[in-house]
Amino acid sequence: MRNQQSTQLLFELSRAGRRAHRLGDLGVPSVNVDELFADEALAETPPPLPELAEGDVVRHFVGLSTLNMSVDTHFYPLGSCTMKYNPKRNERIASLPGFLNVHPLQHESGLQGLLELLYELQGMFAEISGLPGVSMQPAAGAHGELAALLVAAAYFRDQGSDRSVVLTADSAHGTNPASAQMAGFKTKTVKSNANGLVDLEDLKAKLDDKTAVFMLTNPNTLGLFDSQIEEINQLVHDAGALIYLDGANMNAILGITRPGDFGADLMHYNPHKTFSGPHGGGGPGAGPICVRDFLAKYLPGPVVTRVENEGASGDDDRYTYHLTSPSVDSIGRVRSFFGNTGVLVRAYIYLRTYGGDGLRHVSEDAVLGANYLLSKVKHFLDVPHGDRCMHEFVASATRLKKEKKLSAMDIAKRILDYGFHAPTVYFPLVVDEAVMVEPTETESKQTLDAFVEALFRITEEGEELIHDAPHSTRISRPDDVTAARRPILKWTDAAGESAT
Amino acid sequence: MARDPSTLRYAETHEWVDVQEEGGDKFATIGISAFAVEQLNDLVYMDLPEVGRTLEVGEEFGEVESVKAVSPLYSPVAGEVVAVHTDLPDNLDNLNDDAFDFGWILKVKLSADLPDSLMDYAAYQKQCSEAG
Amino acid sequence: MSYLFHTDEDRREMLKSIGAESIDEIINDQVPEAVRMKRPLDLPPACNELALTAEMTRLAARNASADSHVCFLGGGAYDHFIPAAVDEIASRGEYYTSYTPYQAEVSQGNLQVMFEYETLVTQLTGLGVSNASLYDGGSAATEAVLMALSMQRGRNKVITTDVVHPQYRDILVAYLKNIDAELVVVPSDENGHSKPMIDAIDDQTACVLIQHPNFVGQLESVSEIAAAAKEAGALTIQVFDPVSLGRLKRPGDMGVDIAIAEGQSLGNPLAYGGPYLGIMACREELVRRLPGRIAGQTTDRRGKRCWVLTLQTREQHIRREKATSNICSNQTLLALRATVHLSLLGPEGLKETADHCIAKTAYAKEVIAKSDRFEVVGEGPSLKEFVVRDLGADVDGLLAHARDNGLLAGIDMTPMCVGGSEGSETEVALPSRYEQCFLVAVTEKRSRVEIDRWAKVLCEAPSMATV
Repeated sequence: MRNQQSTQLLFELSRAGRRAHRLGDLGVPSVNVDELFADEALAETPPPLPELAEGDVVRHFVGLSTLNMSVDTHFYPLGSCTMKYNPKRNERIASLPGFLNVHPLQHESGLQGLLELLYELQGMFAEISGLPGVSMQPAAGAHGELAALLVAAAYFRDQGSDRSVVLTADSAHGTNPASAQMAGFKTKTVKSNANGLVDLEDLKAKLDDKTAVFMLTNPNTLGLFDSQIEEINQLVHDAGALIYLDGANMNAILGITRPGDFGADLMHYNPHKTFSGPHGGGGPGAGPICVRDFLAKYLPGPVVTRVENEGASGDDDRYTYHLTSPSVDSIGRVRSFFGNTGVLVRAYIYLRTYGGDGLRHVSEDAVLGANYLLSKVKHFLDVPHGDRCMHEFVASATRLKKEKKLSAMDIAKRILDYGFHAPTVYFPLVVDEAVMVEPTETESKQTLDAFVEALFRITEEGEELIHDAPHSTRISRPDDVTAARRPILKWTDAAGESAT
Repeated sequence: MARDPSTLRYAETHEWVDVQEEGGDKFATIGISAFAVEQLNDLVYMDLPEVGRTLEVGEEFGEVESVKAVSPLYSPVAGEVVAVHTDLPDNLDNLNDDAFDFGWILKVKLSADLPDSLMDYAAYQKQCSEAG
Repeated sequence: MSYLFHTDEDRREMLKSIGAESIDEIINDQVPEAVRMKRPLDLPPACNELALTAEMTRLAARNASADSHVCFLGGGAYDHFIPAAVDEIASRGEYYTSYTPYQAEVSQGNLQVMFEYETLVTQLTGLGVSNASLYDGGSAATEAVLMALSMQRGRNKVITTDVVHPQYRDILVAYLKNIDAELVVVPSDENGHSKPMIDAIDDQTACVLIQHPNFVGQLESVSEIAAAAKEAGALTIQVFDPVSLGRLKRPGDMGVDIAIAEGQSLGNPLAYGGPYLGIMACREELVRRLPGRIAGQTTDRRGKRCWVLTLQTREQHIRREKATSNICSNQTLLALRATVHLSLLGPEGLKETADHCIAKTAYAKEVIAKSDRFEVVGEGPSLKEFVVRDLGADVDGLLAHARDNGLLAGIDMTPMCVGGSEGSETEVALPSRYEQCFLVAVTEKRSRVEIDRWAKVLCEAPSMATV
């Protein structure tokens, strides 16, 4: 039986005079705030926040949590998002006070344990990518893209070059062109060919002496490794441009191939995907970037360096770790303080848990799981780009839409009733009625079989049942049109007056 | 009096143009075609220019949005904006039923002749049937 | 192995269904031989949970923290108290292992939290609309500037001052380098006030960026600066401190157009700088240019109230290179913590927290000023942060001495000043008057005993001048 009050808003639960948190005696002489501060600085009353008891608050938010699907509770095959298991040891270790309660502007003498961890992590990121320059400043994948493009811009500026165009693939995440625009570049789109790979003719036609960077996702958003990679590498570098790798799909290639080995000059990781950081309902993530040695001096800082101590007695004092700017040519900062340290600590714990061989197994099982699903799904859902994939694949509901008026959206909504999160739908844009499935390596064959069974049953179900889906969730399909036409972006009280 | 779609001129980008003469000057009323409105599906927002702005042929003068798409609006003519249909953005539902009368967006005082690239109704119909 | 599932038999059956001999065959089909790795990754060997936990516990213990030391550090991140209910709620897997609410029907928990967060931020700031959070305070300040520039076509000047957080300015410099914008950093007056910036505002100014209370803890004349900006057709962006709003006027009540803040102070741990959350609110009519995700209210097919992500046409996945920003995430988990935190505090709790900060800061100023060695820099009251000058001119040694005595006593400002190791560029430096000064923050967590000990340790520290 669901607690109906849990979906009331905090503001509706509020009763004047209720209060959860009290501090009590000051312990120091009190001051008259009204006298101490000028009138023009002071508010007459504190902000009109809701007034609640602690029990109200806990029941409210625990109740709301039960309305979410999550990796801890459901299979979450959301393509492109790598919704793998979030290990509990990561959470406990990252919550040790020596990691969690460290102030970002503390003196580095009291940070040697943490800086050692971060230094080691920089090295691991370099090894996995094959690119030696690492900055862990960026707060998310898109932020990493932007930071790396600012690095590229600084490099070309130093070269006295006027290269001003970034090429992005038509199958790329929307962040690619948006990041390029923010970094001051113009963008051009390179088409995909019939196989879903980069259209080399189109790439050739668009590469010229104004091209600064080609942004490549490989494996791409169709889950395909671009087998033309050597030729792409040659073409782009012969044209004097750089290759940026969108590392969204690194989960497919850990220990199998390295961006630095297949031609990338810059890249970002998504540790919240590849290295098991929890997704947090949409964030936080992190977006560390790796670059070739000649670009390292432009990286955003700080980065961690170390100096060997003379006459060290044990492991704990062999090195002294420092925070430094990569060089005087650094682009500066892209956020305050070091970076999303909490997410990075979790990535470190994950990498230490698996080690080098283990990481390769991660990718192998991710590839195995995706191909297994593909081998089953292709019998009742079209998969336009072949029989094999890397860590994910994209099916299309186009035929079902024509034959049974069953769209990708309908499938996504109905699968919720079977107790699975939906795949990504309508992305990438190059596939009509796209259904993008990424199982990850942390799902059993039994789960994959149950998911296939559910998908198959949906394709056999009646139109009406599906168009009205989902049936078992607390709400049915929401009205997005009214939400956008007449936006209600905050609660207002019954009198229609905003509390602000 | 209802505007007759078959008497209007059309841009490749789906804007319609209706030209009238008033006091020796030529004015174009501009909107988007019923076909375009249907394709865009559930419009939620429209961004319009200010009166007084000068437009070139093909210049972007505004945008229409559905929940998950944005389409720029391009001026099919050159001239100065003399009137804007300010009631339209708040009544986009009506655009679905009435793209050619209630759905007018701008009135422009022409500074040049209509571009030759504008299609007549038959040619525009052909374009739409090929696209659809 | 670790978190993998498949037994050998599973793998065989799966390969059979695929029609492949081995996983290598599937991979080698796609990844050309020339780019394949020919050796294992050179990483430390796999480590089990028991051993790793022991090792990490030792590593963590080597760090000083706000647990092992008494923390008087601020500068944009603060040691405020976090009620247990915040941790308890945020550690639910349904929150932290879910993702962006792409399927609203199974994300109503997160969406409602986002909507409540947005409402709380509008209540806090007095502005009409809030997004669902950005990365952190520093990058949010830059996003606000980019937003203002995009709305103010034909104006490209951004005016700020040298008492806005140096790191925030550093980010601004990095982002603005390649676009058509001019950053003007106006020197503050001798009291650390930004009023001189008013004279720099002109008809080319897109926006002014101020921080109140500012980096050196001084209150700014926000209303006056905002009025001058408005007069010139420029927008005003204020960096605010959420806790200060228990007492100080809200940005929206002072004529501010866009308000941003570091949200760490609202229930989020220090975590060595992140993850944090960037709070961003603006006047309602600017909403179409607001970056980041926004949750809105609507109804489902049965008329039930519910929540969705909305106004998505602003965002990169639809508008691509024309998007308001490249941001495609928000800090939901941190915003959840802020939402729970504010719910527990309520208006009176927020006010009480601010009052504790004010009284304890006033007390700390008083006790430190008793020493001949120290001088409080800048006039006027402080919310929770102030600057102390070491007349012994040995801040580095002083703070080291304090650390040895279990205190994180303040932030050395010398390296941040013009010509200092962190602030060699004047655009991002502090004025030279803060050389041999340190920045002190006193939150509600500090007790009289701790403040007394802080003053005693600092006063008894050996000084180069006296040794």
